[in-house]
Amino acid sequence: MPNPEKKEKKFEPKIVAFFCNWCTYTAADLAGVSRLKYAPNVRVIRIMCSGRVDPQFILQAFASGADGVLIGGCHPGDCHYSEGNYKMLRRFRLLQRVLKVLGIAEERCRLEWISASEGDKVKTVINDMVEKVRNLGPLSIPAKMSDIDEEIKELEKEINREEVPQHA
Amino acid sequence: MSNTNGNGTIKGITPRIGFYICHCGHNIAAMVDVEKVQKFVASLPGVVVSRDYKYMCSDPGQELVQKDIKELKLNRIVVASCSPLLHEHTFRRAVEKAGLNPFFFHMVNIRENVSWVTDNREQATAKANALARAAIQRVFFHKSLETKKVPINPDVLIVGGGIAGIHAALTIANAGKHVYLVEREPTIGGHMAMFDKTFPTLDCAACILTPKMSSVKNHPNITLWTYSEVEKVEGFVGNYKVNIKRKPRYVIEELCVGCMDCIDACIYKEAKYPDEFNQGLSKRKPIYIPFPQATPQVVLFDPETCIDFKSHRCKKTCIEACDRKAIDLKQVPEYKEINVGTVILATGFKTYDAEKSPQYGYKKFPNVFTSLEIERIVNASGPTNGEVLTKEGNIPKSVGIIHCVGSRDEKAHKWCSRVCCMYSLKLAHLIKEHTGAEVYNFYIDMRTPGKGYEEFYDKLMNEGVHFVRGRVAEVTDWALIPEEEHKLTIRVEDTLIGVVRRIPVDMVVLAVGMEPREDAQDIRRMFNISCSTEGFFLERHPKLAPVSTFTDGIFIAGGCQGPRDIPDSVAQAGAAAAEALSLISAGSIELEPNTASIIESFCSGCKSCIPLCPYSAISFNEGTKKAVINEALCKGCGTCVAACPSGSIIQNLFEDEQIFSEIDGLLKFAGIELEEMEVVNA
Amino acid sequence: MPDKPKIGFYWCASCGGCEESVVDLAEDIVMVADAVDIVFWPVAMDFKKADVEAMEDGSILATMINGAIRTSEQEEMARLIRRKSKIVIAYGSCAHMGGIPSLANEFTREQILEYMYQEAPSVVNPEKTRPMLEFKHNSQTVTLPEIRNLVRTLDQVIDVDYYLPGCPPTPKLLKAAVLTLLSGEYPPKGTVLSPDEALCEECPRKESKPTDLAFKHFYRPHQILFDNKKCLLAQGVVCMGPATRAGCEALCINGNMPCSGCFGPTSRVRDQGAKILSSICSNIDPKEEIAIDAVLDDIPDPIGTFYRYGLASSLLRKKVMED
Repeated sequence: MPNPEKKEKKFEPKIVAFFCNWCTYTAADLAGVSRLKYAPNVRVIRIMCSGRVDPQFILQAFASGADGVLIGGCHPGDCHYSEGNYKMLRRFRLLQRVLKVLGIAEERCRLEWISASEGDKVKTVINDMVEKVRNLGPLSIPAKMSDIDEEIKELEKEINREEVPQHA
Repeated sequence: MSNTNGNGTIKGITPRIGFYICHCGHNIAAMVDVEKVQKFVASLPGVVVSRDYKYMCSDPGQELVQKDIKELKLNRIVVASCSPLLHEHTFRRAVEKAGLNPFFFHMVNIRENVSWVTDNREQATAKANALARAAIQRVFFHKSLETKKVPINPDVLIVGGGIAGIHAALTIANAGKHVYLVEREPTIGGHMAMFDKTFPTLDCAACILTPKMSSVKNHPNITLWTYSEVEKVEGFVGNYKVNIKRKPRYVIEELCVGCMDCIDACIYKEAKYPDEFNQGLSKRKPIYIPFPQATPQVVLFDPETCIDFKSHRCKKTCIEACDRKAIDLKQVPEYKEINVGTVILATGFKTYDAEKSPQYGYKKFPNVFTSLEIERIVNASGPTNGEVLTKEGNIPKSVGIIHCVGSRDEKAHKWCSRVCCMYSLKLAHLIKEHTGAEVYNFYIDMRTPGKGYEEFYDKLMNEGVHFVRGRVAEVTDWALIPEEEHKLTIRVEDTLIGVVRRIPVDMVVLAVGMEPREDAQDIRRMFNISCSTEGFFLERHPKLAPVSTFTDGIFIAGGCQGPRDIPDSVAQAGAAAAEALSLISAGSIELEPNTASIIESFCSGCKSCIPLCPYSAISFNEGTKKAVINEALCKGCGTCVAACPSGSIIQNLFEDEQIFSEIDGLLKFAGIELEEMEVVNA
Repeated sequence: MPDKPKIGFYWCASCGGCEESVVDLAEDIVMVADAVDIVFWPVAMDFKKADVEAMEDGSILATMINGAIRTSEQEEMARLIRRKSKIVIAYGSCAHMGGIPSLANEFTREQILEYMYQEAPSVVNPEKTRPMLEFKHNSQTVTLPEIRNLVRTLDQVIDVDYYLPGCPPTPKLLKAAVLTLLSGEYPPKGTVLSPDEALCEECPRKESKPTDLAFKHFYRPHQILFDNKKCLLAQGVVCMGPATRAGCEALCINGNMPCSGCFGPTSRVRDQGAKILSSICSNIDPKEEIAIDAVLDDIPDPIGTFYRYGLASSLLRKKVMED
């Protein structure tokens, strides 16, 4: 029995996932139907094709507080729309370079090919990613930016204080 | 239970949102605190009403939504229940009936994505909250959309001329619609044409199949293309464009009457090449007809073995022999392009390669046969005219039939092939009938569910066929006792009596299982459907849409979808034909309005999007110098939207603002943030 | 001349090019000078902070501030000007999006200071002296503004009414903006005073762009000789034109150089760099990871290429420091 005193907060990563309708989203449904249990940290947004994933979505997710972003598409050659997944792959390769320069670890952004029948893989990938991101710790961009922006709030207050009498 | 709240506004939009969370009996409510989610959502901006209900998809559930739409003047509906792939259409229809445009509806998947995959109630509830919040934010940006109707071309393509393809073709053709039946082999008939008798009725396979084969050939509504393959498929439900390659037979099909004079005239007096139809157990000439009832009755050349193709020095006696001048050694492949509205894939299966289980000695010992070989051997028109003989030419005194070869085996395939128990019983019966031999069945479990199947098993036991329960360890020619000399000994643990037995037999039959065809992956890619883990074509829903696929207008039937026997294949073929006919009879189909469009005034004409469209739906208008999307060709993947560098393309149902708001909702406002939860640090 | 509207100009972290662009109005500057009262323009005329402080709040019709916000002094002046001006216009790429100075957001302040005062090859500083915010000498105190942790766009510090994009804005756009101000018919707040479509719209090489682009290589301007009639993307040169607002009339392309994105994205785009990345990468030819990576190696500095003028206004704003 764990000692209740020893309860402490464990970092639970927040991961936003973009799953394509035809392969990975269907696989996630299959994982559900098969009652496979996996980490609850991933929240899925359904899109029709991984080709719809605009790199802006990934950056926005990070900027809004995601600790990780997972993109799931059909295996190469299997795209319901022929080649949308290749287009995502190409963007992903360059986006990873951009993220690296901007200090976001590779493991935080992941592109996986999961076909409709791979319910198991949904579980494995999600558990693996959650564990890796958990080890990296929180990314917390909103908190970090608001901490940095504190430096300009001080002066704002100061100027306002100084100038209030002039107004009166 | 309900909670109401005032209006909320995002970017000047003031929606009136109704939120409904489904218990789905215990499916959701057992893991997600639905009341908590209901209350949480009630507190969100824009939400006018928030309710939880036992079964949202039921009539009273739908009526609840409809009543609220009317009485509370709701203009956005969010339902948190199962996967949208299951019930999105149900709720859209319900919303539409209440007078609201169905695309103001959005569905949150808290069953497949939450309750079924989470084992912690608190975490599941938090996740449901986040997903619900995202949906609430998303519907702020939903718009009224019109669905697009596309006409269905009434012609149907059926790929594969086995029993499933044949049955589907006749069903549709009899309904007065035109069918293109494309078969890769020189004849239709598939596996069933190889069988002698069928279980459990023991009626003659040829007798029940060949009339159907000739009906196919003669049906005015069926275009039969054998020795042909589908090369390319384009288009979408209702309007598929298919390219078919007709391989050269070097015989003009329309002229050949199947008299076989040419075969007799071949300079090879003796047949010397393995006959594919007879599993290589007999020989054929370079010019041949696969089997007597082959449909069409047209001979063909095998260029690999014909001297003229190899050396150009043949006397061409075959040509002289044909008084109809049907032979054309210069024939080239013929390419056909057809337009069809629906497709049925009945491409069948292949049998397990017994060489992959070396313990059974296939190809090592001449008297080990596969079940398909025995099917040919017991067949009156087979290589031995129905005589069951060992390779030495003797009538076997004892025969062992080993079940589950390649099935229910971690080293081969995990699945049960469903037909082997029954066909093994049938073969046991036939072998005993033909030879009077002692027949042993080595089984793991006898699986005989089906009409008359268990009775057939009973009958066999009464006939004196032996049944040994246990997985065979090996087949060996290493004799330990004199009785085993010159025999094959089957070593097995008889699990009913708990001893290891060695049973010497003259002949071994391997009941090989069913597996996907080698090119199943290529076929599915061509037709844009999915395969399940084992490689069989994946149905849209295992129970409710067993012959549909995730691609509208493409249906599947028979062994390509999974192991099944003839009655099941025929039933599936009938179901697939009915699905196709139902689309044809509706005349048109409504498409998801998730197409993309370019806002002309914003487009700079940079042409970046044009090469990205796999359907060539985007073109450059030389007049306006802007790109335009042909909505009829757009299938709604959204790739161009993601790539438009000036943000000038929008995709209905998946607009940037909708997705951005979903991202935001997932991360920022969820009532209980994941990190706020206490988790025992073990 | 009390009736003439009052206009101010101010500079923050900028190169001075924006100031030049005002002078580039050429004879039109006379028209502007006639029409308005320039009450504050440190580059051209002698003003002190105290002069501004003495003005009544809201007494300036419009002030155009160029340059990014890097120091406490710039921030203070921006706030002061905001009080005194009815309208504040972020003038030029730096005020608009952070500009070139905001590429510094790839580094921490400490990294920058360490390099500038210790590690740069031209520096001799054995005592490792760093600028101090305060220095007392002979009972006198000298102060320096603080360098902030982050380069910011003007609107990340104060409320901005309009944006005049460009590095620098063209005289034509400046003239149009002044005329708009004088007309009294103001566009909606937040408007970028430049056409809301991408540069290709007005590019003289638009016609020569093929519809089947598939990148096998990228070239930087020094690596090849450009065909001066043909679309630069078609020549494998990363041109930001498709993801960049029009308005400059393709000045760089007319100089046979690719667009580097100084006008920023259209109003429908949140992150210019992400968008051009998405567009260009989607059209890369290879499909295999290794081959894709080989093509991408031709873009050695993706941040400097795609975010040259807009790192501060991008979604991530700066390099993230992992805990």
